[in-house]
Amino acid sequence: MTSDVSVQPISQRLVNQLRQALDPRRVHTEAADIDLYKSDASNIKGRAGVVCFPVTTHEVQAIVRICAEFNQPFVARGSGTGLAGGATPIDGSVVISTAKMNRLISVDPVNRFAWIEPGMLNLDLTREVSQHDLHFAPDPSSQQSCTIGGNVANNSGGPHCLADGVTSSHILACEVVLSDGSLVMLGGEEPEPHGLDLRGAFIGSEGMFGITTKICVRLTQNYTAVKTMLMDFTTVQSGAETVSAIIAAGMVPAALEMMDQLCLEAVEAYIHAGLPTDAAAALLVEVSGLPHAVNEESQRITEIGRSHGARTIRVAQDEAERALLWKGRKTAFGAIARIKPNYYLHDTVVPRRKLNEVLQEVYRIAREHDLLVLNVFHAGDGNLHPLLVFDKREPGVMERVHSAGQEIIRVSVEAGGVLSGEHGIGLEKRDFMPMMFGPHDLQAQASMRSAFDPLGIANPFKVLPSPSRCGDAHDIGEGMWV
Amino acid sequence: MGVDLTSFAESVGDQTAGSVWIVGQQTRIAAPTGVRQVQAPSGVYDLQPDEMTVVCGAGTPINELQEALGAVGQYVNLPLNSSYSGTVGGALAQGHGDIYRLGRGALRDSLLQVRFVNHDGHVVMAGGPTVKNVSGFDLCRLFVGSFGQLGFIGETILRTRPLPKSSRWFYIEQTSMSSIDAILQRVYRPASVLTNGQSVWFCIEGHPLDCDDTIKQLTPILANILEVSGPPDLRSFPYRRSVSPVQLSKLLSSETEDSHLIVEAGVGIIHSKAPTQSPDIEPPVALIHQRILHEFNPTGRLNPGINLISGMTQ
Repeated sequence: MTSDVSVQPISQRLVNQLRQALDPRRVHTEAADIDLYKSDASNIKGRAGVVCFPVTTHEVQAIVRICAEFNQPFVARGSGTGLAGGATPIDGSVVISTAKMNRLISVDPVNRFAWIEPGMLNLDLTREVSQHDLHFAPDPSSQQSCTIGGNVANNSGGPHCLADGVTSSHILACEVVLSDGSLVMLGGEEPEPHGLDLRGAFIGSEGMFGITTKICVRLTQNYTAVKTMLMDFTTVQSGAETVSAIIAAGMVPAALEMMDQLCLEAVEAYIHAGLPTDAAAALLVEVSGLPHAVNEESQRITEIGRSHGARTIRVAQDEAERALLWKGRKTAFGAIARIKPNYYLHDTVVPRRKLNEVLQEVYRIAREHDLLVLNVFHAGDGNLHPLLVFDKREPGVMERVHSAGQEIIRVSVEAGGVLSGEHGIGLEKRDFMPMMFGPHDLQAQASMRSAFDPLGIANPFKVLPSPSRCGDAHDIGEGMWV
Repeated sequence: MGVDLTSFAESVGDQTAGSVWIVGQQTRIAAPTGVRQVQAPSGVYDLQPDEMTVVCGAGTPINELQEALGAVGQYVNLPLNSSYSGTVGGALAQGHGDIYRLGRGALRDSLLQVRFVNHDGHVVMAGGPTVKNVSGFDLCRLFVGSFGQLGFIGETILRTRPLPKSSRWFYIEQTSMSSIDAILQRVYRPASVLTNGQSVWFCIEGHPLDCDDTIKQLTPILANILEVSGPPDLRSFPYRRSVSPVQLSKLLSSETEDSHLIVEAGVGIIHSKAPTQSPDIEPPVALIHQRILHEFNPTGRLNPGINLISGMTQ
């Protein structure tokens, strides 16, 4: 473990102070209540000491000040949809849930920004601003249930971030409670606030720099035309080469996703969308914008697909068919339960031109570890999501799963890629950081953290490596999206 | 293929090497006298059109980089300075966007990875080489606009974009804030909207036929739209400041002479003929700055004289 704080058991005096600071009904200590908060959606379990539900910034400040007084670590939590253990409380930390801070505060439809509270759900924000023909561009597959505060903590992506960028590009300002309880505004409505870009540094800091209590989001105009295509290939290589060729031709589609054969089979059995289950791979390509550009780009993409061996190219004829194709992509992880009861999802990024090479390595690794692997991922930005499926009741399987996972991460980094594209480091990949960063690189990141949190109590033990890590498999929830 | 930073790191040296100032073309900030100067490596080292990334030395002139990218139909969202020159490192150190920010986004989003020389002469890497990356804390964002105070950038990996099929400027001589609001709301993702309160210039990028359709749809609402060769010349507006775009209409209406300002509507950048005072940074935010500078530049030897907190350069 990192040595910035030593975790103490929760003291009754601390709990009493929390119950004085906010309505005692919003301070939970009973095992049955707090057990729900022992992990996020990852496979890593921790232990919450107390769970608080503040409803105002002032209450968050009060909780954090009490934690600082007792040198007690705290963990901010949105919906708990994170996949790397970033919101998993370590050894009795105070969990600060922002779920009840979920208001849309204001919208400026002309200048295209809105102020919101961090517990607002991603999809709720888009629904609220749709009357102005606007939306919030980052769309993680968990967007029905993940919060914007969580998106900020993880710098989340999503299928449609290929053209419009990830969360950092869509956040103008964050009001933040620092680990001593002080309140700062990082960034602002103004485009170039004076000084360092502390806003940008805060986004993606996985709760280790403080807790955001108010966020100014940039909103994006809705498109007027869209075309969604599904093209299938007899080899993964052809699909991967098509991805590179589309980008090299000077086009950045709104989304460019790939599913391999095992995934197509699982999804088709689940939603019956007429997917090409005999194909080695399929690309889901979406182009959006104004009509002439959309028509021209979709034609060029079709030609590129054909020239790379696409067997069939299915163009969604209406919104219902488009929704069905996207349902196939977004419910892929729910469909996997039909194959095996458990999964371990990985998240790495590789250069686009290395997609096929690394995918072949992923298949080899799975084969050598006697595991099944499915691939459904953001091909346009090289963001792989190899999904190892297994039955954890099988003796020795977890060792094979962890060993295969580590090898997948290694081959991705060796191919010129990175550890994570959108899930973050959290606890899951903390000890893999030296694969990508040297001692001086890690020291620079540690310096950044200590500048924001000199007390070291904001979600400690995450991101920066330490000798130990833990993990376990979890069950597949019906309809779970990744 | 990366840049060999060995000799650059040696030239920066460690704590015993004293104060040092990094220079590019010295078009944005002039180096002070009496401080040893170093230059970052220059050159385009690895251009991958199908990755939409480019590896280059921080000392690379932006014009040279854009020329190389233009040959493969791409560009990078880095602004030239007011004299239409400057280096990659200079643009990143200053952190100012250009007039296309409304459509093309912030300059800071172009930076994927840096390798820099720290205060002690070590080469440090931050970010990652791919277009998507959340591996560790986002130190790259902190470097944009840091004026060399956190380390001297030697190598960058930048995100590139396809050149738009067309980039066309339009002008309306007599306008009002409500007309500007109409442009912001009715034009699909305009690249730029500039106004002095009396007239408006706006840029539409994309397919030329979509651009024609947009103008046709605007004509019943906004009369006398003229296509022009480009934006107004901003060289006589050398000063800039940043405000909430909400404040722009009030600010413009309070100006007694419309020729004093040109503002970026929907963004909040004000270009002016006279210097203006930037607001002070709030004390708790200033404290974070001080801690960061203490960590990254403890003796103040890197680019001495810059004050990030007051915004003043000496």
